[in-house]
Amino acid sequence: MQPATVDNGASSSGSPSNRSRARAGLAFASPAVVLLTLFMVVPFGLAAVLSFTNRKLLSPLPTRWVGLDNYTDVLGDSGFWGALQNNLVFSAIVMPLQTGLALLLAVLVNQKLKGSVLFRTIYFVPITFSLSAASIIWLVLLNPSGMLNTVMEVVTFGAFAPDWLNDPSYTMAAVIIVSLWASVGFQMVILLAALQDVPKSLYEAAAVDGAGAWKRFRNVTVPGIRHQLFFVATITMILSFRLFDQVWIMPPRPGGPLDATNTIMVELVDTGFERGQIGKGSSIAVLFFLIVLFLTIFQRKFEPAD
Amino acid sequence: MATITLDKINKVYANGYHAIHDLDLDIADTEFLVLVGPSGCGKSTALRMIAGLEEISGGEMRIGDRVVNEVEPKDRDIAMVFQNYALYPHMSVYDNIGFALKLAKTPKAEADRRIREAARVLELEEQLKRKPAQLSGGQRQRVAMGRAIVRQPAAFLMDEPLSNLDAKLRVQMRAEIAGLQRELGVTTVYVTHDQVEAMTMGDRVAVLKDGHLQQVDTPQNLYDRPDNVFVAAFIGSPSMNLFEGVLTLGGGGQEGSLTLGSQTISIPEKVFEERPGLAAYDGKPLIYGIRPEDMEDASLASQPAEPHIHGEVSLVESLGAEILVHFGVDAVPVDSGDPDAVVELGDTAVVVARFSPRSPIRPRQTAAVAVNSERISFFDPSTRLAIWD
Ligand SMILES: Nc1ncnc2c1ncn2[C@@H]1O[C@H](COP(=O)(O)OP(=O)(O)O)[C@@H](O)[C@H]1O
Ligand SMILES: [Mg+2]
Repeated sequence: MQPATVDNGASSSGSPSNRSRARAGLAFASPAVVLLTLFMVVPFGLAAVLSFTNRKLLSPLPTRWVGLDNYTDVLGDSGFWGALQNNLVFSAIVMPLQTGLALLLAVLVNQKLKGSVLFRTIYFVPITFSLSAASIIWLVLLNPSGMLNTVMEVVTFGAFAPDWLNDPSYTMAAVIIVSLWASVGFQMVILLAALQDVPKSLYEAAAVDGAGAWKRFRNVTVPGIRHQLFFVATITMILSFRLFDQVWIMPPRPGGPLDATNTIMVELVDTGFERGQIGKGSSIAVLFFLIVLFLTIFQRKFEPAD
Repeated sequence: MATITLDKINKVYANGYHAIHDLDLDIADTEFLVLVGPSGCGKSTALRMIAGLEEISGGEMRIGDRVVNEVEPKDRDIAMVFQNYALYPHMSVYDNIGFALKLAKTPKAEADRRIREAARVLELEEQLKRKPAQLSGGQRQRVAMGRAIVRQPAAFLMDEPLSNLDAKLRVQMRAEIAGLQRELGVTTVYVTHDQVEAMTMGDRVAVLKDGHLQQVDTPQNLYDRPDNVFVAAFIGSPSMNLFEGVLTLGGGGQEGSLTLGSQTISIPEKVFEERPGLAAYDGKPLIYGIRPEDMEDASLASQPAEPHIHGEVSLVESLGAEILVHFGVDAVPVDSGDPDAVVELGDTAVVVARFSPRSPIRPRQTAAVAVNSERISFFDPSTRLAIWD
């Protein structure tokens, strides 16, 4: 938004007040612009440049241009495609699940019932933990004889108690559970604020018109919060694509077992820092950026109209 | 179509506030009943209890023969028009009007026919595809009406539906709503704080104050024979002028008299014959009221024998067909209990009289005012109830 303000001020035939408004706009925008430039634009520019070189973290050899070698390398590597697939699966599950769960929780804690404030807090608290801290807490809970399985054994009479983190068929499920737990509260708060903005009289009008609870939800609530729902879905998609902390910390080895939780971020960190191939790692970063950019643009096509 | 019966209805809000006290109302089938009173008196609360949007704390509510205390709003077969219209912002006018029909699974063709008919009656045919945000205030109001009339419900409930319109549109819609209701014959409860709306629209008007029902009657009866000081002052515009004074009884060929500060108004014997109850107040203070239209410039009065009072004119408002003359007298004014009315209590009362426009009276002159003393209303000073009999 800031650039638009600046534009307006500058283009409208420079009366003193307009010019001073433009200056004020620039002044307000500058901290954000400077920080974004310093920590986002510049590093990304550097990465883009490095992705065309054979730069290593520690190497006696001089850095040289290698053209598209890094890209053909990465794109020819089945590890990258496996990671991308994991990312897509994770996002495809987490985006609807987390948005839906956030909506459900928001509706529940929006009820005028005793204790709803307490539950709001409980659902929001995990947001204040870092993802790594959350992962470590869940390492304990997900232990084959940990709390989750103790509960599972009771409710399924012992039929279901998998070794969550060592059995490749369950690790992604475990990662999804942790991710939902750790971040659903954020989406919930956004949707809760949206719910509270839906005029009460619309619910009353719908009730008088003959709508039961479900019809009111469908015809008043959902249309009333559709912009925020879309925002939450988009944000969830982007954030879920950055899946890293959980799959780095929880499995026996990062992205494991058997690459079941390998993701592009894991590939990137592994290639760039563990193996020191900065040039190749940079090309993964650029590809990652392009994929997320594409998905975001694609998703915007579904943005609800006014 | 149905009757609506409120039987000792009470409302106590969760915070302990007792908003409605023992409200009894019998609303006849096809009747247009207006619920009127100053803001905060509980009109919306009462209406919302009929709609089922507010829980009933005590008493019994019936629509037709059915007790509806525990019936959900969606099952009460009532349509409501809200003060802010409450149109669904994402739906077109067509869908807004048809929403209830869609919920009721009315066949598409039948729904379409009814929506278009409602749109025709309300002159919304051009706007059917638009969203509420693209409509003027008056058009939104019509959509809200349309949403109610397509339903053919047992009753219409309307909560100050015209209060967001400008004065001219309000007058026009007032007539249209009343006409539409008569045509459709659907029982209607209409809430307003505007007594002019109440008087012009209602078959009967129920006056509410602080959650207590004051009087239910036809507009003319409310005006001619108000039950108490509050109704007397609330109905009519400008308000009835109220004073405290001492009554001296007449009889045996003798006229009575009434004090207005240092002046006296003679009261014809006939008044005491018609209202024998006044005998009990001989020589005692009571409250009395004179409507502005029962006064006239003495120089123009049709009956020169009418008693005159005098006062200095502070303001003359010309309304074309009449003029409103404000003048001061040294009598004790009375607070009617209407929180929306401004009464400056003290030793001087400002009297408002409605004169013929031919009156030459000007501000700062002393007016000689003829009073039609047969039409004075009397009230008990402690119970504030009217003395008609
Ligand atoms: N939800 C509520 N809780 C407590 N008091 C309320 C509530 N709603 C309304 N009231 C009070 O009840 C009284 C009547 O309100 P209302 O029916 O809206 O008045 P009206 O429609 O006549 O202006 C007011 O004094 C108001 O403050
Ligand atoms: Mg109200």
